[in-house]
Amino acid sequence: MALIDAVARLGRAAIGQVTGMGRAGLMLWGALVAVPRPAKGMPLLIKQLYVVGVQSLIIILVSGLFIGMVLALQGYTILVDFGTEESLGPMVALSLLRELGPVVTALLFAGRAGSALTAEIGLMKSTEQLSSLEMMAVDPLRQIIAPRFWAGVISMPILAVLFTAVGIWGGHIVGVEWKGIDHGAFWSILQASVEWRQDIVNCLIKSLVFAIVVTWIALYRGYEVVPNPEGISKATTSTVVQSSLAVLALDFLLTAIMFG
Amino acid sequence: MLSRKVEIWVGLFLLAGIAAFLVLVFKVANVEVQAGNSSYTLYARFTNVGGLKVRSPVKVGGVVVGRVSQIELDPERLVAVVTLNMDGRYRNFPESSSLSILTSGLLGEQFLGLTPGFVDDESVMLKDGDRIADTKSALVLEDLIGQFLYSMGKKD
Repeated sequence: MALIDAVARLGRAAIGQVTGMGRAGLMLWGALVAVPRPAKGMPLLIKQLYVVGVQSLIIILVSGLFIGMVLALQGYTILVDFGTEESLGPMVALSLLRELGPVVTALLFAGRAGSALTAEIGLMKSTEQLSSLEMMAVDPLRQIIAPRFWAGVISMPILAVLFTAVGIWGGHIVGVEWKGIDHGAFWSILQASVEWRQDIVNCLIKSLVFAIVVTWIALYRGYEVVPNPEGISKATTSTVVQSSLAVLALDFLLTAIMFG
Repeated sequence: MLSRKVEIWVGLFLLAGIAAFLVLVFKVANVEVQAGNSSYTLYARFTNVGGLKVRSPVKVGGVVVGRVSQIELDPERLVAVVTLNMDGRYRNFPESSSLSILTSGLLGEQFLGLTPGFVDDESVMLKDGDRIADTKSALVLEDLIGQFLYSMGKKD
């Protein structure tokens, strides 16, 4: 009997997982397939771009600067032993463009904007605002979910590009201004090793994929919240945990495809 | 209704994103916008290209005059064929010029060194689509070590 119970529990868990994925897919489908209405949708999108994108700027820029500076400092102490400190430029630029830019932006974004999205939608759900919208013949998927999704997908690549640019500037500050690497050598070696297709386009593809995954998880966790305070706190936590894990796992996969 | 402040911030956010993207493309990746068709193509055959890569520079006396645009294997002769995309400002290289694969520094990147040949009344200048006949392949460290060991062994 105990064995059958265990099998049943496993089955229930699996069905729950698959149902969850299906519901998440349906939610996104419902939000995206709706006929776009530029006149009404644009203001909603701009409002969300402000909340999701502009308000994440400070944390992204400051982290980018410090991560670039730390990378340069650590790289310098190693490279100077070999007398190749001019290679600091490519080291900082390539690690930021290929990995750290998209990944750290996605992690910070999940913590800063993803958790906020989940809590906001979760609270709307708990206080039955979503049902009221539906009662007024307004589709909550179109009105609430779609603009937030698009705002996340548009913001994250922009944030990743800003993060990378600021990080390279941070590397320049430490390498050239502080440690005295030759300005010309730093930039020319950097430019020779960074490639448009291989590095910059892949950086954008990565951060677009992360944007879709993180925003989707955040919205779904909020939309499917258990409507009580504990449920909202659990949903917010699982947004951050799940999207961080998803980003790190996907990053390995994408790196293996792009550079493997 | 949206407040003016929100709209301005979102506009600035998008502009900052575009600016950062342009910085990455032009300052970091150094993508060059080719103005018109001011470049021409040359070919060269090498038995060994070593660590030469696409976009490696072609230098005359240390000045970059072009870049490698393609490296492939000639299926009949089984030698590497390197396509050079030369800057149109530098056209006067005689046909007797030679091309060698050099290394910048001891462990640095490899590049193509173009040595201009002699010019007399009969010499012809290289033009679009020509092939540079005189080429020197890359120095492969393992081969050098092999030769060295071999010559050491013969002395004994």
